[in-house]
Amino acid sequence: MKKTFKITVLEGLHARPTTLLVTTVNSFESEVSITYEGKTANLKSIMGVMSLAISAGAVIEISAIGSDAKELIEKITEVIISQGIGEEC
Amino acid sequence: MLELSGIAVSDGVAIASAYCLIEPDLSFEKSRISDIHAEKVRLKEACIKAKNQLAEIRAIADRKFGAEKAAIFSAHLLLLADPEMLAAIEGKIDDGWNAEFAVQETANEYIQIFEAMDNRYMQERATDIHDVSTRLLAHLLGVEIPDYSSISKDVILVAQDLTPSITAQLDTSYVKGFITDRGGRTSHSAILARIMEIPAIVGTKTATQELVQGAPIIIDSTRGKVIMNATQEVLDEYLEKQQAFIEQRQLLKQYRLCESVSADGHRVEIAGNIGKPQDVELVLANGGDGIGLFRTEFLYMHRHELPLEEEQFLAYKMVLEKMQGKPTVVRTLDIGGDKNLSYLKFVHELNPFLGLRGVRLCLAQQDIFRTQLRALLRASVYGNLKIMFPMIATLDEFREAKAILLEEKQKLRDEGIPVAETIEVGMMVEIPSAAVIADLFAQEADFLSIGTNDLIQYTLAADRMNEQVSYLYQPYHPAILRLVKMVIEAAHQNGKWVGMCGEMAGDEIAIPILLALGLDEFSMSAPSILTTRAQIANLSKVNLSTHLEQLLTLTTAREVEAYVKKYLWQAR
Repeated sequence: MKKTFKITVLEGLHARPTTLLVTTVNSFESEVSITYEGKTANLKSIMGVMSLAISAGAVIEISAIGSDAKELIEKITEVIISQGIGEEC
Repeated sequence: MLELSGIAVSDGVAIASAYCLIEPDLSFEKSRISDIHAEKVRLKEACIKAKNQLAEIRAIADRKFGAEKAAIFSAHLLLLADPEMLAAIEGKIDDGWNAEFAVQETANEYIQIFEAMDNRYMQERATDIHDVSTRLLAHLLGVEIPDYSSISKDVILVAQDLTPSITAQLDTSYVKGFITDRGGRTSHSAILARIMEIPAIVGTKTATQELVQGAPIIIDSTRGKVIMNATQEVLDEYLEKQQAFIEQRQLLKQYRLCESVSADGHRVEIAGNIGKPQDVELVLANGGDGIGLFRTEFLYMHRHELPLEEEQFLAYKMVLEKMQGKPTVVRTLDIGGDKNLSYLKFVHELNPFLGLRGVRLCLAQQDIFRTQLRALLRASVYGNLKIMFPMIATLDEFREAKAILLEEKQKLRDEGIPVAETIEVGMMVEIPSAAVIADLFAQEADFLSIGTNDLIQYTLAADRMNEQVSYLYQPYHPAILRLVKMVIEAAHQNGKWVGMCGEMAGDEIAIPILLALGLDEFSMSAPSILTTRAQIANLSKVNLSTHLEQLLTLTTAREVEAYVKKYLWQAR
């Protein structure tokens, strides 16, 4: 399962939005990664996500593999949109 | 008496004794271990203890500072559970190293990655990693991290850096100021100092080595100085300064919600200059009537490539929304001169200030210019946007820049993207040629904004960065006053408004002259807004005007200054 988003939160993926994303996916079994400009990080690793230094306007892809991948993508989409972190593209 | 310098990140004067936060001794031996499993259990137990402690600190921070400030500890808790970091630590244990070394080595690797990033915010996240790994290390070593909540008298904190977990435990009513070795304007300690409205100096490099526990300390934020063991004379001077600062702050707060109007009812606009979207808060907190200069270079600096249209759009949109319909003047990219970009090729110039900068560069590299204009036009529907071009010397340049703007506007309309109906398009008057033919410009521009910093250096042909000729940087030089007068009159004759966004607009000597000349908008750094509003409220434009003729016949800047002090400051 893959989904592409555009980051709209002005400061980019700083500590606050990243914490939200990582906390959200931590409760799922599936493996989940985030890709930005050809670089991929584990979305369950706050360090990995922040080291991508994703700024506002960036287009990212979230990809999940596992038994609850579908639910994970649904939940992360809801969080990204409801918390003003980004929008679907 | 000992003096140290640093970066002042919050205003004021603080006087109290030093409280040096001594970091616990976390030294250990790097050693080989035989029982890998037992070592991993030790790591796990230390992690659990550290997590429990952090959860407690988060709860305290939540009560003291609110959820937003406590959120950082949620991030710290995630760091302790970070699968990548834990895997790296365990990998080192698998290699036969002790847990202490594995933790420190892994933390250092990550700290290096973050410190090497091209983004100041991310660089400062290295502090968070340091904070978390220190806690973990302390639990591994069985060392207690000091209890900072025991401070019970007025102190000035001295630390290498104030980590969030330290500041969360402090009883802030006893903390009168901060001094740190490390840190910058956006570090935790800086942000906290501004929230608490206490003075702070960061980045002193050596404060923890030079300042002595319990010694009397003075922080002077206006000069970015720290003084230890001041003489009685100096101390008395600062007690007075502190009192004056507190009174001034109280007095100025009364002007925050007032209109900007002179004693005889003449209305002006007092606006703020900003360099980043976040600075809007400071302008609003100081009661600014608008933004008179939004410098857009920040979007282009400290990075590897040009900013995307979308990123720019979001930044402009945020500023316009926060200003809630108040006028917001955005200056298009003013790069070149002393400001270069690593990812654009700049030809070496013998006189960069007279070279390819500002609108000249934008007209030469139109793709950069058009991207910015599109982002601005798209953002225009979210507030009261006005656009101005920097470094205009000829009418041809203004016409060409405006034509490109109109082209992009039409393109957006054709694409069905909404753009505000009316967007004023103006220009900076900072080159003498533009000031001299301001009457011609005023027929085509919607407004003029006088950029005095450059206008002065170009008019007197004196590089303001060059100390040998800095005496020639004379805002009150009769030539400058006459140019300003010409620009204001030319604009008014054509029914246009004039602003000023150089440092001169917030200068207490210049303000009475500018008010008398009829300047419509004064734009300055946010902390000057209230003092300017208070000064103008005590001046009468009509009375000032009677002095103009005399003032404009004075022969030197020094005479002008003396005249203003003698006659204009009391022109109520």
